[in-house]
Amino acid sequence: MTRRWVDYLLLAAGFLALWQILFLLAGEHALASPAATLRRAGELLASGAFWKHAAETGTAFGLACLVALSSGLALGIWLGFRRLAGEVADPILGSLYSIPKITLYPLILLLFGLGLSAKVAFGAIHGIFPVAIFTMNGIRQVPPVHLKTARVLRLSAWQTAKSVLMPSAAAEIAAGLRVGFSVTLLGTLIGELFASTSGIGYSLVRAMDTHQVVEIMALTFLLFAFAALANSALLALERRVR
Amino acid sequence: MRAETHAELRGATRVFPPREGQGEVHALGPVDLALERGEFFSVVGPSGCGKSTLLELLAGLQQPTAGTVAFEGRPVGNEPPDGIGVVFQEDASFPWLTVWDNVAFGLRRAGVDAAETERRVRDALAFMGLLDFSRAHPAQLSGGMRQRVCIARTLVLQPRLILLDEPFGALDQQTRLLMGDELLRLWRETGATVLLITHALDEAAMLSDRVGVMSARPGRFIDVLATGWARSRDSRIVSRPEFGAVTGRLWDLLREESIKALGGR
Amino acid sequence: MSRAASVRWLRVALIAGVVLALEALCRAGLVSRHTLIAPSEMALSLARLLASGRVAGDIRFTLQNTAAAIAASIVAGFAIGAAVHALPRLRRALDPLFSAYYAVPTFVLYPLLIVAFGIGATSLIAMGAMFGVVAMIINTLIGLDRVPLALMKTARVMRLGGARTMLLVRLPAALPTLVTGMKLAVAYSVIGVVAAEFILATAGVGKRIAFAYNDFDTRTMYALMLLIIVAVMVLNGMLHAWEQRLHRRWGRA
Repeated sequence: MTRRWVDYLLLAAGFLALWQILFLLAGEHALASPAATLRRAGELLASGAFWKHAAETGTAFGLACLVALSSGLALGIWLGFRRLAGEVADPILGSLYSIPKITLYPLILLLFGLGLSAKVAFGAIHGIFPVAIFTMNGIRQVPPVHLKTARVLRLSAWQTAKSVLMPSAAAEIAAGLRVGFSVTLLGTLIGELFASTSGIGYSLVRAMDTHQVVEIMALTFLLFAFAALANSALLALERRVR
Repeated sequence: MRAETHAELRGATRVFPPREGQGEVHALGPVDLALERGEFFSVVGPSGCGKSTLLELLAGLQQPTAGTVAFEGRPVGNEPPDGIGVVFQEDASFPWLTVWDNVAFGLRRAGVDAAETERRVRDALAFMGLLDFSRAHPAQLSGGMRQRVCIARTLVLQPRLILLDEPFGALDQQTRLLMGDELLRLWRETGATVLLITHALDEAAMLSDRVGVMSARPGRFIDVLATGWARSRDSRIVSRPEFGAVTGRLWDLLREESIKALGGR
Repeated sequence: MSRAASVRWLRVALIAGVVLALEALCRAGLVSRHTLIAPSEMALSLARLLASGRVAGDIRFTLQNTAAAIAASIVAGFAIGAAVHALPRLRRALDPLFSAYYAVPTFVLYPLLIVAFGIGATSLIAMGAMFGVVAMIINTLIGLDRVPLALMKTARVMRLGGARTMLLVRLPAALPTLVTGMKLAVAYSVIGVVAAEFILATAGVGKRIAFAYNDFDTRTMYALMLLIIVAVMVLNGMLHAWEQRLHRRWGRA
């Protein structure tokens, strides 16, 4: 276990070194130094204004997750159980997943206006597909022999679902939820970039417009740190499920 | 006439170093084994006794923690020496190549010229009854045929020592018996030394000149039986009374060890 | 009718149904023309736009950038993935970072890229490649993981050596998963390039969409959005067909 932490520290050190070198090469109009970025990040974490923005984003993200994960799960479970529907939908879902949803961005803005609902919508349409796809595959991949065993043990449909299907599909579903989490965050942030007057995404846009390099990098760093931590936590959870 | 030692293990031991959550695992040994040139030697033993590890030590795929491994008088280093062929338990055929290209693979990598390659591949495929399937891909063949592809691929390189790790494990009994016959034919025609790992006592008894019986983990040889069969044998020796005696003796030796391996008393 | 055929028909019917519903919604005036236009109008507008050649230059620009970005993502993604795969400790440390990568809108770093690379195709390509490369890295790692041990051992017994083992055994064995990675790299590279063009707005399809959006020219905007979607789906379809063919011919390795 300690070895893992040592590796992370080594990696962080290597990354910081690389960053510093790039900074020296690119100059302060293109990049911010690690020191300046981290200092600014610290300032942000201590400032009330930042947390207000974070709460904005967090609310939108939370709602988007709720919508994406629950509808994704529902859709995936239904398609996993109903063979025919699943087969019909499989390539459609795949295509929808790979469509650059940013192309739908203007449509979302026009449909939902500027504000919270647009952010939630944009986040949700990103997250719903991986969750549905992974869930569907997880359920379809339950080995038939497990289902036969359930029948021989004369389990009811509910018992079968609860004690055979879900555990068997749990690993895939967990993976889907993890991916869904990440892309929903991305969608919410993108939604904020242009559709909002507050939130982290909005702060980013403002920093971009005024070309405040340190601000951009500090915010991006914080976002990345949050996403990485959340992902590690979800990965650990996922490994336990396996 | 004293038989020539083709490959040998002396005091070979394999211990796996401790890992996250596990202590060290004493998988094998110490083991002494001297394979005579041209013999057919089987290794039987309970599950987990380290049979596969023994094979991999001989092949140079793993290094012994203690003891020595030698092939043709020279120590085996950390890579498989020239002249050894291995057939694994899992299907190792390359799914992206046709049967022909699979079998020709080793020859082409070794720089054997095209005409010679063509000749050897054709002969091997004919020998294994796969000529009609030269253009098929392994995915289109049954498990038994895929194993035959792997055997053919090993054959064409004309190895002097052939190591087989439970190659027929995934096949049904009838196919196994027939494959056993083919293996014997191969052995006779090539004059190679063969080491076969198997958990099937009848298979070991039927095919081998000698059978080594291993104990439960950490595996050591409890005994080595000589069967005394003629070189020209085939699967029909199963009907001979001596066959029953050999398998009976093997089970006598093995029964206790198998119970140990299962964790019982 | 065979099952495969009925599945295909149902799918076509489903898609047709959705398109027709949209068409009806728009024609009936239930959705404002400033929000959404009917699919038929979109298609018509696109056809006219393409015929007029007004966007030909932009399309070519975007195509070139996308192609370069895709190529860069795939090649760099595989190289980095293979390198990281060879260093298990490094890989374990990097794993959560790779998964987290797509949670952050990395194109906010875009203005910084411009300062570094200047305004022009290079920045756009860099953006597209940056977006697509991690998907390829992840799939390279998974693909190399899935090479069956028996194949690796066979390569050692045949004394192939590191480079030949990678080229002749590991790469082909990992190919189906690599193609999945390529599909993702394509999608993400397109997003990266078009989004960058959207923001930078000097040339390319992205720029055209941005202008059309600002001018409330929904016809042009949707026509171009349709173009991108169709292009991605075609590419995706081709890669998908290749992936399916590999799975059929080679079986599940």
